[in-house]
Amino acid sequence: MWKWLHPYAQPERAYNLAGSLFPWFAILATLLITIGTVWGLGFAPVDYQQGNSYRIIFLHVPAASMSMSAYMAMAVCAFIGLVWQIKLADMAAAAIAPIGAVLTAVALLTGAAWGKPMWGTWWVWDARLTSELVLLFLYLGVIALYASFEDKVMAAKAAGILAIVGVINLPIIKYSVDWWNTLHQPNAITVGKSNNMPPEMLIPLLCNIFGFAMMIGALSILRFRAEVLARNSMRPWVRALVAKENNA
Amino acid sequence: MRQVSYFHAFSIVLKRDLQIAFRHRGDIFNPLMFFVMVVTLFPLGIGPEPNTLTRIAPGIIWVAALLSAMLSLERLFKSDFADGSLEQMMLSPQPLALLALAKVLAHWLVTGLPLILIAPLLAVMLHLDSGAYGALMATLLVGTPTLSLIGAIGVALTVGLPKGGVLLSLLILPLYIPVLIFATGAIDAASMNLNFGGHLAILAAILIGALVVAPVAISASLRVSTN
Repeated sequence: MWKWLHPYAQPERAYNLAGSLFPWFAILATLLITIGTVWGLGFAPVDYQQGNSYRIIFLHVPAASMSMSAYMAMAVCAFIGLVWQIKLADMAAAAIAPIGAVLTAVALLTGAAWGKPMWGTWWVWDARLTSELVLLFLYLGVIALYASFEDKVMAAKAAGILAIVGVINLPIIKYSVDWWNTLHQPNAITVGKSNNMPPEMLIPLLCNIFGFAMMIGALSILRFRAEVLARNSMRPWVRALVAKENNA
Repeated sequence: MRQVSYFHAFSIVLKRDLQIAFRHRGDIFNPLMFFVMVVTLFPLGIGPEPNTLTRIAPGIIWVAALLSAMLSLERLFKSDFADGSLEQMMLSPQPLALLALAKVLAHWLVTGLPLILIAPLLAVMLHLDSGAYGALMATLLVGTPTLSLIGAIGVALTVGLPKGGVLLSLLILPLYIPVLIFATGAIDAASMNLNFGGHLAILAAILIGALVVAPVAISASLRVSTN
């Protein structure tokens, strides 16, 4: 049953597959983010309570939710790498980490910019803000641990264990607004429930969320391919690739 | 060859680590001195106003406890790694998780327990609310073993690195945050004469969770970082 999956554990195949998937992710990401952002910032109706300043939601929510998704993806990759000893999964985890860290930083910064007009302060020590900050620290820890080993195979395994331990933080962030009475507003959209958000706001927001997901995919693929090349630089297929590149 | 039972192996490692610690008394006293000094610095830096100190005493004591735990943890596997006994533990037929748990327990007995004993003295100096002493002791008793367990994962990950010290703090301090939040929450609640059982229960839940998961993670990390 799993036979069709096996060839992709081979670096060359995975490299080529990633290469052929990249345009799809890139095109979808550009398309969705352009539509979502232009619609959201320019044409979506004004919020009756928060005025125009609510519009940062179209960047803040996608960045925040995708920062958690990226962490989960990284941890799943690390788990696969640890359990089934698939080196490519380790490389994928290493590729995702910096992207997730940047998204977390974006979520925190846009959140601060939104908090200033709404709450009158850049930062409050509220459960969701703090746990998102912890997420940033976890990302930085994984990246730092990965960078500090010379041997990248070992580095990926060590960073993978840390990433898996850090997963405990994700439900805390997700449910912090439900568990604690906080300043941060509750989730605006929930899957499978009737939403209190009008569709003119919801659709651009969803566009941007999926656009951000596609963007993570595209950037991860780029970094993943670079990682595969760097670790296999002595293999004949990489040399052939380089030779072809130089002749062209 | 006689098979050594799990309990026997556990107690041998525990006894050995305690013996080593008692022969190098610095290992016990240096983290303790560090703890006392950090706590002393705060009144000097903030000012000796009793009301302010009462308000921030739980936080100061707990942050100092976190830092001193981290400082002492660095030595947990280092010397064993250097002289090769860690490798012998990995090769032994007993599960590495069990032996690692013994080492963590020894570490807590040597560094965590003295810290709990001296904490009330520091609390007096910081004018902690008289109702909060029970909560302070209870949270330290339940919280510091968690610190040792979680910290040991980070130490195990960095044991093979030549300079893991700063990196270690980057890895484990984020994981310490929940313990800090609930411990200081419990003490604050107690100083306002509120029930702090809920906070304490969450701390205990974290401890039990760490007790189950951390030894496995420690042994996996040791195998990765020393291979």
